[in-house]
Amino acid sequence: MSKQFLVAICCAALSMGTIFAGNVVITGSTTVLPIAQAAAEEFMKSNPDVNISVSGGGSGNGIKAIIDGSCDIATSSRFVKDKEVTMANEKQVIMVPHRIALDCVVPVTHKDNPVSNLTLAQLKDIYTGTVTNWKDVGGMDRKIVVVSRDTSSGTYEVWSEKVLKADRVFPNALLQASNGAVAQLVAGNQYAIGYVGIGYLNDDLKGLTVEGIIATADTALDGSFPVSRELFMFTNGWPTGDAMRFLNYLVSPQGQTLVKKEGFVPIYKLD
Amino acid sequence: MTESFQKQSRFSRTTIEWFIRNTFLILSLMSITVVFFVFLFLFREGMPIFEKVSISDFIFGTLWYPTDANPVFGIWPMIVGSMIVTFLSSIIAVPIGLMSAVYVSEIAAHRVKEFIKPTIELLASIPSVVMGFFGMVIVAPFLQDVFDLPLGLNVFNASLMLAFMAVPTISSISEDALNAVPRSLREASFALGANRWETITRVVIPAGLSGISTAVILGMSRAIGETMVVLMVAGGAAAIPRSIFDPCRPLPASIAAEMAEAPFRSDHYHALFATGIVLLIITFAFNLLADYLSMKYRMESK
Repeated sequence: MSKQFLVAICCAALSMGTIFAGNVVITGSTTVLPIAQAAAEEFMKSNPDVNISVSGGGSGNGIKAIIDGSCDIATSSRFVKDKEVTMANEKQVIMVPHRIALDCVVPVTHKDNPVSNLTLAQLKDIYTGTVTNWKDVGGMDRKIVVVSRDTSSGTYEVWSEKVLKADRVFPNALLQASNGAVAQLVAGNQYAIGYVGIGYLNDDLKGLTVEGIIATADTALDGSFPVSRELFMFTNGWPTGDAMRFLNYLVSPQGQTLVKKEGFVPIYKLD
Repeated sequence: MTESFQKQSRFSRTTIEWFIRNTFLILSLMSITVVFFVFLFLFREGMPIFEKVSISDFIFGTLWYPTDANPVFGIWPMIVGSMIVTFLSSIIAVPIGLMSAVYVSEIAAHRVKEFIKPTIELLASIPSVVMGFFGMVIVAPFLQDVFDLPLGLNVFNASLMLAFMAVPTISSISEDALNAVPRSLREASFALGANRWETITRVVIPAGLSGISTAVILGMSRAIGETMVVLMVAGGAAAIPRSIFDPCRPLPASIAAEMAEAPFRSDHYHALFATGIVLLIITFAFNLLADYLSMKYRMESK
């Protein structure tokens, strides 16, 4: 009886051990969420003893969580702000950034639209409603149908940060809830302009050059394409154990293939 | 007899009846409980936003920038969008629904009726996402070509799609109302020398008015709460539309488009729930109105 009881306890302890052995908590940016999720799934397939939980909530919340110690890896679509560094210093946390992908957003029009290049200033004028006719930017004499994204999306964030700067999208801009919906609307409307993540470019859309620079993985990588940003994961100090193994996996060719598959730009050229 | 019954069963008849009655009571209370919890939840998640903005700024504010560095939460353009789309769709749907109800109930031959009635009801079974897709892929390019518009996703397209969805509701409830008008009224009307047109417009429709107005209000409340169609075909611009060919963003579309990525319990999240409260109050008002109208006319006809 007592022997059986002991065995049962040992079994329970062992199984608990495997559950808690590798527990990596990842939280933060909703933009990085699909990458983190895809990578976590693949990683757990080959490492069944590790349990990775991934959640969103915004870059700011992720960084706050790494400072509080309530997560192991914080994902962020921006670098840390000075205020956050000060906060981390007070709690004696040294945040280590890991660049894991690039996010590149491309302005798109219908494939029959004669306009093929816009400057950042022109894009800003179109999205703030200062310019409302295609002829003012070298196109036909038609009203511009401006398509934007829901303001909580990462794609909107890049657009607002790199193109709009401090200004707001004018209220008459159409709102679509996903990259796919924007692509579909713009592909079907000669007068529309929208913006999508680079992974969503297709033959029905015309990707515009910005300031004369075409959006490709290369121009995003060398920083010459203006509407792109780096995506990060932060750890408290240099990562160890499972967190390190996960980050290593993410920057490996397999991990970066997943990055590409999710519509982002890998941090180096994949063969 | 009673003794033998009590021997066969451990429970008396009254106990069993009591048991059955209360089972049914509990089941009917369950749906009330669900409604209660939905209200409770909606208010708990939505009210915190009013610590940041006043109720009047929230409802009558014309700017919606929920994720800005200085966020602004004003849902007036969405309320106007919902109202305009609902109003326009009922202008389209009420005549069609009512006239088809009159035709089916009063005029059509039996065999025609057997074909038309289920076909109209079939319209109700088309999923809203399919309706939205139809509006997006077929109607939008059509409107764009015919009216030479910059954009086919607009108030008119959304109203048209919502009208199609409201027609079956309006038509089948109105038809029930017309069927319920006693035969003796029609016969009396004919006996007084009225022709068919006069009988329908002066006797049958006024007599069925309570049911017809309920049908109209229910049709409208279906249109105002409909989400998928307006999300797909209204265009989604958070500005007050100046013409029926301008895009707009009705309340449900606003919630559906932004909820997925709003951080949990952020101001944006609370503001979307508060938008839900406004929507619920509007549909609730519509349903109360429907009840009131059906009561009122029923009283008067008696």
